[in-house]
Amino acid sequence: MRYHTPATFADAATIAASAQGVTRFLAGGTDVLVQLRAGSVLPDDLIDLKHIPEVHSITRTADGGWRIGVAVSGASLGANKDLVADWPGVVEGMELVGSTQVQGRATLTGNLCNGSPAADSVPGLIAAGATVTVTGPSGTRDVAVQDIPKGPGKTNLKAGEVISALTLPARGKNAGDAYLRFIPRTEMDIAVVGVAVSLRLDGDKVAEARVALGAVAPTVLLSDACAKAIVGTTLDAKALDALGAAASGECNPISDKRGTKEFRIEVAGVLARRAAKIAYDRAKGAKA
Amino acid sequence: MPKDEIKQTFRLVGTRPDRPDGLDKVTGRARYGADFSAPGMLWASVVRSPHAHARIKKIDASKALALEGVKAVVTRADFPEVPAGEYWDLQENTIAGERALYDGHAVAAVAATSQLIAHDAARLIEVEYEILPHVTDVDEAFKMDAPVIREGAADYSVPEGSPPNVVKVLDFGRGDVEAGFASADLVKEGHYTTEATHQGYIEPHACVGQLGSDGKGEMWVCTQGHWYIRRMCAGVLGIEAANLRVTASEIGGGFGGKTTIFMEPLSLALSRKSGGRPVKLVMSRAEVLRATGPTASASMDVKIGMTKDGKLTAATAVFRMQGGAFTGSPVDAALNCAFACYELPAVHHLGYDILANRPKAAAYRAPGAPMAAFAVENLLDEMWGELGLDPLDARMMNAAKEGTKSSYGPTFKRIGFEETLEAAKAHKNLSVKLGPNQGRGVAAGFWFNYNGDTSVSLAVAEDGTAQVSVGTPDIGGSRASIALMVAETLGIEYEDVRVSVVETGALGVNEPTHGSRATFATGKAAVEAAESAIKDMCRRAAKKWGIDEDAVEWVDGAARPAGPNAGKFPPLSIVEIAAKMSSTGGPIAGHYEGNPPGVGESFGTHVVDVEVDPETGRTEILRYLVVQDAGRAIHPSYVEGQYQGGAVQGIGWALNEEYVYGADGRLQNPVFLDYRIPVASDLPMIDTVIVEVPNPGHPYGVRGVGETGITPPLPAVANAIAAATGIRMHSLPISPSKLLAAMNAKRKG
Repeated sequence: MRYHTPATFADAATIAASAQGVTRFLAGGTDVLVQLRAGSVLPDDLIDLKHIPEVHSITRTADGGWRIGVAVSGASLGANKDLVADWPGVVEGMELVGSTQVQGRATLTGNLCNGSPAADSVPGLIAAGATVTVTGPSGTRDVAVQDIPKGPGKTNLKAGEVISALTLPARGKNAGDAYLRFIPRTEMDIAVVGVAVSLRLDGDKVAEARVALGAVAPTVLLSDACAKAIVGTTLDAKALDALGAAASGECNPISDKRGTKEFRIEVAGVLARRAAKIAYDRAKGAKA
Repeated sequence: MPKDEIKQTFRLVGTRPDRPDGLDKVTGRARYGADFSAPGMLWASVVRSPHAHARIKKIDASKALALEGVKAVVTRADFPEVPAGEYWDLQENTIAGERALYDGHAVAAVAATSQLIAHDAARLIEVEYEILPHVTDVDEAFKMDAPVIREGAADYSVPEGSPPNVVKVLDFGRGDVEAGFASADLVKEGHYTTEATHQGYIEPHACVGQLGSDGKGEMWVCTQGHWYIRRMCAGVLGIEAANLRVTASEIGGGFGGKTTIFMEPLSLALSRKSGGRPVKLVMSRAEVLRATGPTASASMDVKIGMTKDGKLTAATAVFRMQGGAFTGSPVDAALNCAFACYELPAVHHLGYDILANRPKAAAYRAPGAPMAAFAVENLLDEMWGELGLDPLDARMMNAAKEGTKSSYGPTFKRIGFEETLEAAKAHKNLSVKLGPNQGRGVAAGFWFNYNGDTSVSLAVAEDGTAQVSVGTPDIGGSRASIALMVAETLGIEYEDVRVSVVETGALGVNEPTHGSRATFATGKAAVEAAESAIKDMCRRAAKKWGIDEDAVEWVDGAARPAGPNAGKFPPLSIVEIAAKMSSTGGPIAGHYEGNPPGVGESFGTHVVDVEVDPETGRTEILRYLVVQDAGRAIHPSYVEGQYQGGAVQGIGWALNEEYVYGADGRLQNPVFLDYRIPVASDLPMIDTVIVEVPNPGHPYGVRGVGETGITPPLPAVANAIAAATGIRMHSLPISPSKLLAAMNAKRKG
């Protein structure tokens, strides 16, 4: 195994583009190192991104959004009060990943690139309308987060491409987001179902909404049907029922060791209703 | 005579001093299995079958052996032939012979100069398999046309024409069961299943083994019983037991799973093949879950009859348990425990020990009893509920007590089941009013407790302090408890007694710390050893005073004349006697070798409140009460810890823990991420009440507390869920998927 510590993303992309065998980028390492130890993924080239400047920083963008470096840990996100105030749903999704020790290392970008449909931080990012900057051998491009996952363990990134930053849009006024997941325990578990809702209110009515569903399909889903079910409503019982039905209707899950197909479909609806209510309350000023 | 008939209160017994291993453990100084190293040591890695059942056609280790740093590869061919029986089974489980019998079965092992090289080398060992049909489910394995795990494994108890994987049949009972059912006002039957669970100890198996061409060897190992390691390794490897010296490390959990061998002979075989270099072998979590432990899965039918007042008239149990690819599921203990809490005029038990393509079952805390309790206490709760009876009152009406002829044979001496029911009833948790979707469940449990072969040596040091050498690894506070009992007996301070778990060369044979025996048996042996040292010290005092040794008594850590007629001499303290030991006859010591009689059974009653989310089927434990008869709690904090630990493991078994096998027979969840033991935040503080009905067979009244506590949680949780939802779950675990589906079925009518 060759271990690389490039100083720029362009260098990282160049190394990755010329690598022949199994290549992995290393940020937090909470997936890569575990897979390496278990012998399930033995990279020929391991490219450590943590020596690149800015990968550890969280900065406000000119338009009031957020730029988050690829090595920013879950613990750092949670410690950033302004970010938490803007995007509590994004942060609470990330903070559900792993244990306290894992939180010291694990990153949003890593969680996304691991390609798990059950990744806890990804529904929140998608609901938020987050984008990533992808650096490749032929330059950079911006991609919506929902376009990164391809299927379990797979992304749409091409050989030699690496995510160099993650951007959250400006939150704006009268808006809130929330993420809920179902696990049989209370922590240290993988989502059986995860739902994120981000919405903006106009008075008491939902003016805009984005709903993302995790662990119910090969990739995290951004559901238009769910959004349509609540936009224009005050999130009354009828709207919540419509939202639940829409969420369940979007699911295309499997039965596995973590839960059955029927369970995932039903609970997706339950969590969508519950998460929407939290996001609504937050938009009304409730604190996370 | 039991000391509590002489004295009701004690100076030290029943207090809560600091644990002797505490500082080592909180500073990281304590040495666990993987912490041992030796000069010239090699590392081992094991090649395991990815198939549930496969013929091993060829093993080619040439590429591995060509790798630099690789010193030896062993396969079954490196082990001697041993006759059928315990050692053959252990050898076959240590390393597969003609066939791999379960996913994770060891097929070959390699030793190399580093762990990385060993792992690389293991991947280079090529094994050619012919995949065979497999069976992992207990009911499937019980069928006449199931894939056969092993021809000729059935013992004399199995009638002709039985299904081919049945290896043992148990059939016993007493009284007229049919008459009992005929006289009942209410007779019900139920079918119950439980999935296999793992002991879930945090420390994986680890050892360093060394074996020279002279047949002499050493082993450092994480175990509950190093004499068993010695005997079993010797049996598997064909070496003499006394030539293998085994030292037990500190232990990060065992729960029964470390009372046998798994990979230890591999390290010794690799050492022998690499010129006697020590070989270290540390399992990964996946190896632990795939190839060690677990307990059995069970399929059970129970039938109970009772009068309209709730008094039991008859009961029967038919249990089928698979304990993996070898004889040894705990179906016998399960049957013996099934109805042990109750007076029963007529009872009948039938049990089947069944082979399946799963790892060889190891003991797990009250082996078999939790499954049996799940079936029996579930059905009892349903029936008493139907009759409108209070679950504690109904149990009290039927409770086994002193003089009860137990369901499994013996007549109980003084036991404390009724006292646990009374204490549960009086507990504040019982008066908490429950809200919507909440339910309260009660269940009782039992474990025999055990004595076993025990050797202890005690020596008084020159300054009057005492060292105690024991052979039962301390998995639950036995060093503290033994030090308390010895200090109490000798009349010295707790801090002046050091209890050490010593290696096999230092004592006679000791069985492992199993069967809830260490504080009872090793404790009793240590007290006997102390009494014999006291006798010696009294003799020395008598000699000094020139009086008869029978005229000397031992009080408060000193010899003194027994009464005015014995003579008038100032007491001689242990410090004074010890200081003169060399000139008064040499070293002062005492020892005990035997099988200490006087075992006392332990009963428990648990009460749990749960809340079920009606939309997701998720169960939350709101409060949990353990009441159990300890006999006497020598160190109450440790006793409470045992109660809480048993409850927590039982809650995990009830709600989420299970072995999940795919259609290919491979274990799907061999990591703690998906093998869901409870995490701390899942649980409230577990409330405990220690009932003390002293065991007359132990000098300080000890019964043993380690195992009973895991027995009631399975049915208690199920009964609470039934109370919360109106749905009686007959299959564990009661996972959210399963419970939500059942609630939906009920809602649809």
